[in-house]
Amino acid sequence: MDVPRVPQVQPSPAPPVLAITAHTATTALGRGRDAQANALRGRRGGLRRNDFGDGVAGEQRLDTWIGRVDGLEDVVLPATLARWDCRNNRLAWLALQHDAMAERVDALRAHRGAKRVALVLGTSTSSIGATEEAYAHLAGDGRHFPSGLDEPIVHTPHSLGHFVQQLTGLRGPCITVATACSSSAKVFAQAARLINAGIVDAALVGGVDTLCGSVLFGFNSLGLVSAAPCRPFDAARDGLSLGEAGGYAIIERAEPGQPGLRLCGYGESSDAHHMSTPHPEGLGARLAMQAALARAGIEAGDVGYLNLHGTATPANDAVEARAVAALFPDTLHAGSTKGWTGHTLGAAGIVESVFALIALEEGLLPGTLNSDARDPACGAQIHFDNARSGSLRYAMNNSFGFGGNNCSLVFGTA
Amino acid sequence: MPGRTVTIEGIGFWTDGLPSWQAARDFVAGGALVADAPRKPSPRLLAPNERRRAPETVAVALEVALAACTAAGRDPASLPSVFASTHGDLAITDYMCATLASDPLTVSPTKFHNSVHNAAAGYWTIGSGCMHASTALSAFGATFAEGLVEALAQLADGAETVLLVGYDGAAVGPLESTSHSRGLLGGALVLSRAPGNLRLRATLVDGTPPPATGALSRHAAGNAMAPMLPLFEALAGDGDVVVLDAGPGRMLRVEIAHG
Repeated sequence: MDVPRVPQVQPSPAPPVLAITAHTATTALGRGRDAQANALRGRRGGLRRNDFGDGVAGEQRLDTWIGRVDGLEDVVLPATLARWDCRNNRLAWLALQHDAMAERVDALRAHRGAKRVALVLGTSTSSIGATEEAYAHLAGDGRHFPSGLDEPIVHTPHSLGHFVQQLTGLRGPCITVATACSSSAKVFAQAARLINAGIVDAALVGGVDTLCGSVLFGFNSLGLVSAAPCRPFDAARDGLSLGEAGGYAIIERAEPGQPGLRLCGYGESSDAHHMSTPHPEGLGARLAMQAALARAGIEAGDVGYLNLHGTATPANDAVEARAVAALFPDTLHAGSTKGWTGHTLGAAGIVESVFALIALEEGLLPGTLNSDARDPACGAQIHFDNARSGSLRYAMNNSFGFGGNNCSLVFGTA
Repeated sequence: MPGRTVTIEGIGFWTDGLPSWQAARDFVAGGALVADAPRKPSPRLLAPNERRRAPETVAVALEVALAACTAAGRDPASLPSVFASTHGDLAITDYMCATLASDPLTVSPTKFHNSVHNAAAGYWTIGSGCMHASTALSAFGATFAEGLVEALAQLADGAETVLLVGYDGAAVGPLESTSHSRGLLGGALVLSRAPGNLRLRATLVDGTPPPATGALSRHAAGNAMAPMLPLFEALAGDGDVVVLDAGPGRMLRVEIAHG
């Protein structure tokens, strides 16, 4: 392997002025924005003992804790969308029904024109749960998917983007971004580029990932799943808790003088190190954070809240703590919310961006749940207790994925 | 993007029987398939043991990506990249789903981390030592067009040069009944804001592309990445306008200036 050459962080020639005019999330904490804010404020976690999966997956059920969204089994999609029915698309539909998001998208489409609004969604496994189900119930010859589980569009990553395109009637570029656990952070960057390039005037971004055998048994095969509720940045942490979630945000070119939330910066990088282990010095993570700050045109000291990737795996948290300590002053309030929701994988970017937006709206700075003995690698930036801020100007979110795929976002207010 | 023209600095191509861009150009000009072409690319970017074990989609993506960078005279470590694949690696999806249906606790950790849609992007950045941004996306029949739009948006957003890679592999096992893709196909472009002879401009318009009838399209019609082939056919010959599938009722109109 070549020795990576560290790219220089280039400031943007013309920083974007992009407003975030709506946002929502549905997680194990409940449906919609307020359910998230209330659980974060009250330090009520959403993890439960693993009760997911049936058949062989149920017989070999892992001893772990999960962030499961209640009621997905009972969701009935509108009849015109029955073709796309699967757990992941049900959650995509459910998440759109809160915080008036469906109505806001309708208004956006009417105002901007359907072709001038992009749809950029992130997922790690999309509806592979339906493919797993088809394999568990193959038709008689063992070579064909059973009837009712044989829609080609459900068994491909773009199942998510295609479904939400049908759901919303948007006709701009429609993309499913799948870079593992950074997916629905990168959607903000891609949408910003589409707006800046003049291809569209606005975008619906978001992400959806649901629990499935692939991720439960896959992360287990890597020895990364904890038998207890995950404890990010705790000295005794021993792995992650998996979760599922969906969420959306609307990004629009800001009108002059328009108050509200802003997408200020985004930074993306690659570790160039290993498929499933982070760069030991957190070099890729640091590059992504530096690039996001540079694009926002701010200093590290201007950031008041950082939602960490903080998966509670031994490697991620040590490396991320080091990268944060190298970049930020001790005054930063940084925490991981994975103890509340579990690691929602390809949805983590949108969920934790919504948490950063809630921080900006309410001055609520979440700490870290379930953890009590600080890892010595933690700098003063990493907090376990919640805090309040009356003067938060910028909030940041980190999302890092397999393949060494990193994305950091900076949000602010105007 | 409207009106923005960019340079194509390098092209990479690989499919069954046409293991290079030159072979594809010769084929478009009326030549024959390469008789002794390898069945799977052997990308130099990977260590020899990884080359053998790499999923075929990773192998073809890395092969065409490196070929495009070499043709462009660009260091792979210096480029941000966009990896566009309709289905990712269907052989790994088949393995994962079959194992989960029989004995979930035996899932291979290597197969699991290779199952991510950004596996090729990951191996590319690791193998080339590239720390720039890399993305992986899918948009069903519009996957390549949406990848091209993202690459052009990155150039508009400040990148000097961007690598775009489109690739898909064969469906295997029960997936063959739903995910229609045969053979192995990859194409890559190094796109740049620097001046150059071979240039391209793209615009989103309404409509549905006509059936593709060119030599490459006929040869690799069964592969899920075939919707990109009209562009490569135009680049190989003297075509100056093509339309690519850009989703339901939408097309990406690509104009080419051969200089």
